[in-house]
Amino acid sequence: MTIGIVKAAYIAAAILFILALGGLSGQEKAKRAVWYGIVGMALAVLATIFGPEVVLSTTGWVVLVVMLAIGAAAGTYVAGRVKMTEMPQLVAALHSFVGLAAVFIGFNAELELGRIHALIAAGTPEAADALNALAGFARVLAHKTAAEVGILKVEVFLGVFIGAVTFTGSVVAFGKLAGKIDGKAKKLPGGHYLNAAAAIGSLLLLVAFFNGAGVWSLALMTLLALFIGYHLIMGIGGADMPVVVSMLNSYSGWAAAAIGFTLGNDLLIVTGALVGSSGAILSYIMCRAMNRSFISVILGGFGNTTGPAMAIAGEMVAIDADGVAAALNDAESVIIIPGYGMAVAQAQQSVAELTRKLRAKGKTVRFGIHPVAGRLPGHMNVLLAEAKVPYDIVLEMDEINDDFPTTDVAIVIGANDIVNPAAQEDPNSPIAGMPVLECWKAKQVFVSKRGQGTGYSGIENPLFYKENTRMFYGDGKKSIDTLLPMIE
Amino acid sequence: MVLPAGEDTVKIGAPKEIFEGEARVAMTPDSAVLLQKLGHSCVIETGAGARAGFSDASYQAVGVAVVKTAAALYKAAEVVVKVRPPAEAEVKRLTQGQTLISFFYPAQSKELLEAANAQGATVVAMDMVPRISRAQKMDALSSMANIAGYRAVIEAGANFGRFFTGQVTAAGKVPPAKVLVIGAGVAGLAAVGTAASLGAIVHAFDVRPEVAEQIESMGANFVYLDFADAQDGAATGGYAAPSSPEFRAAQLAKFRELAPEMDIVITTALIPGRPAPKLWLADMVAMMKPGSVVVDLAAERGGNCDLTVPDQKVVSDNGVTVVGYTDFPSRMAAQASTLYSNNIRHMLTDLTPKKDGVIDHNMADDVIRGATVTHQGRVTFPPPPPKVAAIAAAKPKPKAVELTPVEKRAQEVALFKTQTRNQVGLLAIGTALMLLIGGFAPEAFMGHLIVFALSVFVGFSVIWNVSHSLHTPLMAVTNAISSIIILGALLQVGSGSWLVLILAAISTMIASVNIFGGFLVTRRMLAMFQKS
Repeated sequence: MTIGIVKAAYIAAAILFILALGGLSGQEKAKRAVWYGIVGMALAVLATIFGPEVVLSTTGWVVLVVMLAIGAAAGTYVAGRVKMTEMPQLVAALHSFVGLAAVFIGFNAELELGRIHALIAAGTPEAADALNALAGFARVLAHKTAAEVGILKVEVFLGVFIGAVTFTGSVVAFGKLAGKIDGKAKKLPGGHYLNAAAAIGSLLLLVAFFNGAGVWSLALMTLLALFIGYHLIMGIGGADMPVVVSMLNSYSGWAAAAIGFTLGNDLLIVTGALVGSSGAILSYIMCRAMNRSFISVILGGFGNTTGPAMAIAGEMVAIDADGVAAALNDAESVIIIPGYGMAVAQAQQSVAELTRKLRAKGKTVRFGIHPVAGRLPGHMNVLLAEAKVPYDIVLEMDEINDDFPTTDVAIVIGANDIVNPAAQEDPNSPIAGMPVLECWKAKQVFVSKRGQGTGYSGIENPLFYKENTRMFYGDGKKSIDTLLPMIE
Repeated sequence: MVLPAGEDTVKIGAPKEIFEGEARVAMTPDSAVLLQKLGHSCVIETGAGARAGFSDASYQAVGVAVVKTAAALYKAAEVVVKVRPPAEAEVKRLTQGQTLISFFYPAQSKELLEAANAQGATVVAMDMVPRISRAQKMDALSSMANIAGYRAVIEAGANFGRFFTGQVTAAGKVPPAKVLVIGAGVAGLAAVGTAASLGAIVHAFDVRPEVAEQIESMGANFVYLDFADAQDGAATGGYAAPSSPEFRAAQLAKFRELAPEMDIVITTALIPGRPAPKLWLADMVAMMKPGSVVVDLAAERGGNCDLTVPDQKVVSDNGVTVVGYTDFPSRMAAQASTLYSNNIRHMLTDLTPKKDGVIDHNMADDVIRGATVTHQGRVTFPPPPPKVAAIAAAKPKPKAVELTPVEKRAQEVALFKTQTRNQVGLLAIGTALMLLIGGFAPEAFMGHLIVFALSVFVGFSVIWNVSHSLHTPLMAVTNAISSIIILGALLQVGSGSWLVLILAAISTMIASVNIFGGFLVTRRMLAMFQKS
């Protein structure tokens, strides 16, 4: 395969990737779009392996095939086994792999460069022979000018830095989402000054590395970057994880792009930039949905309030399954608002069954999804889809918010902050101004909740005290299951 | 005289109302059953429920003792439950330690309060129950107002010579009745709902703009008064407060405008502790069509209408009937007694927390404290302000200012200008940066940079269109695509250095986990999305 054909394959792959991302604008198109992505990836990998830039010994082939086989088997196994409720942590874990790969590849570039420079410096005939025998990436390196090597060093440095931050960041995000690490925001003493210090240290190391300080400076920077990734994400609370995951997604793209510059590979640059910018946009969309600036999410925790929160009048009134069932049997239109609690209780199947029964009775049942419900953008949609809830009755916040006043019953399942009226009513609330689902405008609201505690943000929810709100205490799945036989 | 078993239990007694025309009773056979479940025993004066349709026999059937005279009842009962405030004679019958639960209006009847206190009795005024969610079940004012509102429409209908609903019949076309309800409290809202369900076209007015939503939810048009200084009803516990002269003038002008069109006017405007405001003046009545009806629910407190004569129905010179009855709830005695006795029963439930027939008059309880006006020889009225605000303060709604087309255009131009300025600024900075890099970097790098910049733009514009519900699949698929980094590892596998080979091999493996995991999981997710 000539280099021209390889490039042609890269162009095809790049276009296929763009189509794959753009195709996600609709559920039906998306199914085709994924195939574009798969074909693009296959093209790119095969063209690279059989292209002139990769010259492999037998050992190399064996290693390559074995590694690909192991990776493929592991990937297939994980993808087949994972539960849909565990999707956020899976995505976070996968991001960490990209980060780690970027770190390794960056180091390799530096090691190769060192080796070649050693050969050139030796000046012996054997060394000259070895130089001539070089192939692929090493051969490209050998022909670089001093200025190009300088740029290359910066690229390597950046790639490793972003990769390392992505790696530990994703590992921490995985831990938080999987519940292996406490979801609360935690910072070491010094807080963001530690991060800033580590970043400045990295910058100094970059200067040293640029001036030929060697592998040690790269390694030291890697340690600092690993720390930044760890500390940055540890300082962000669990409720902000949707933003964090999409941000890490963005980072993994930038890391790939930086490595693309290092290797002079346009496909890597294109794809990395696509992923990087798409992740950034997604983070921005998430932040806007929470009415928070990206900076405040990254710096962790909610902003300081300017005054005492509004006192809440009234009391929480509990209701049992009979009462909820009676109201549902009488209702004409129902809106269900799921939150992270539904995912935790694994209640999506029961909710779907309830939906089927109510729809069979001719009632209008719809779902209102807040953009940041759950721990991943679109988390609720995926869970409801898993439970075979038709997607055309699953609406997003802006589509359904105006319909609450004409709705008989709104059921909130395991959601809290996203239905908190304080966001609109109390200017001193930490979540003031965040768009919320205005479920309290429905004639009746039932809140399925485990207990009287507050949500992830730790804010009191006046919704629970409203006159038309009834608290349906208990595990989400069990509560809905007891309802099911009473709907007839 | 039959006394029930269990002499040690507290007796709840309901006397016959002695107020002229009062047909209600504070205890029904149904409520008596529930009171007995609280451990109390019940006693009633003979004939007390007769006018509400409850015979002595129906009481006896559920174990309520019937006594012959009021004197005997006051002697037998430790807690006396009543509807109307006690008359002087009735106050005299109260004894030390006895509890009276009834409407009392302590603010208006200071002497009665003193007299009851002098007798040493504890008085729980049903009209003083605080307006908080927990106390709604004993809010007798609301339950009676609800009946009054309903009955007002029925009375209006009885005196109105036409249908409420518009009809097109073989015998001719009937226009729908137009009803105006002034004051959208509980009674007003009940009237709105009743009139609307009978098919009338209903308009409703209230000085508190925040009730507009409630009015509209009951099926009426809110008569909107464009006046800057509107009241916030929440500040006064959900009740109306007196309005400024300017406001009043605007309000009356609006009513004059409406008067000729209206067939039925129901006024319910009351301000706590004051005579009813005059809102429907003589000239307005004069403007109404003959045969129209005015029902004044505020007649007891002087009436909202100039022509109102309390307890009477009068016809004006131009043939408008003005109904000034003060006993609307009593006119529906069976319904009113059922609801009122339930309010009383809920109050007694709160007074008997252990359900053991022992009254525990807990003055620390907000509701009980608020309603109690005399206790243990002291006048406890007015009560301290309740611990919780009755209703969350309404936020002033920002008024949507209607923009003229010129202003809109100007805004658009201004927006366009800022956007242009921002974009040009960014472009200038970007160009300068590029030139700076271009001055130092080698040519090959610049080539890559072009590709990079364009890709970033493509990424930005592609993602905006992605459907919200597909954000998780998007994340999974971008994750899979970002494992394109495997190319870097592949290019390095051929290296002669063992260390490089090992690192490249590991990278290849983890990146391929990502490729397969990412794409397969995305496919799995998308396969689940289905249309109904």
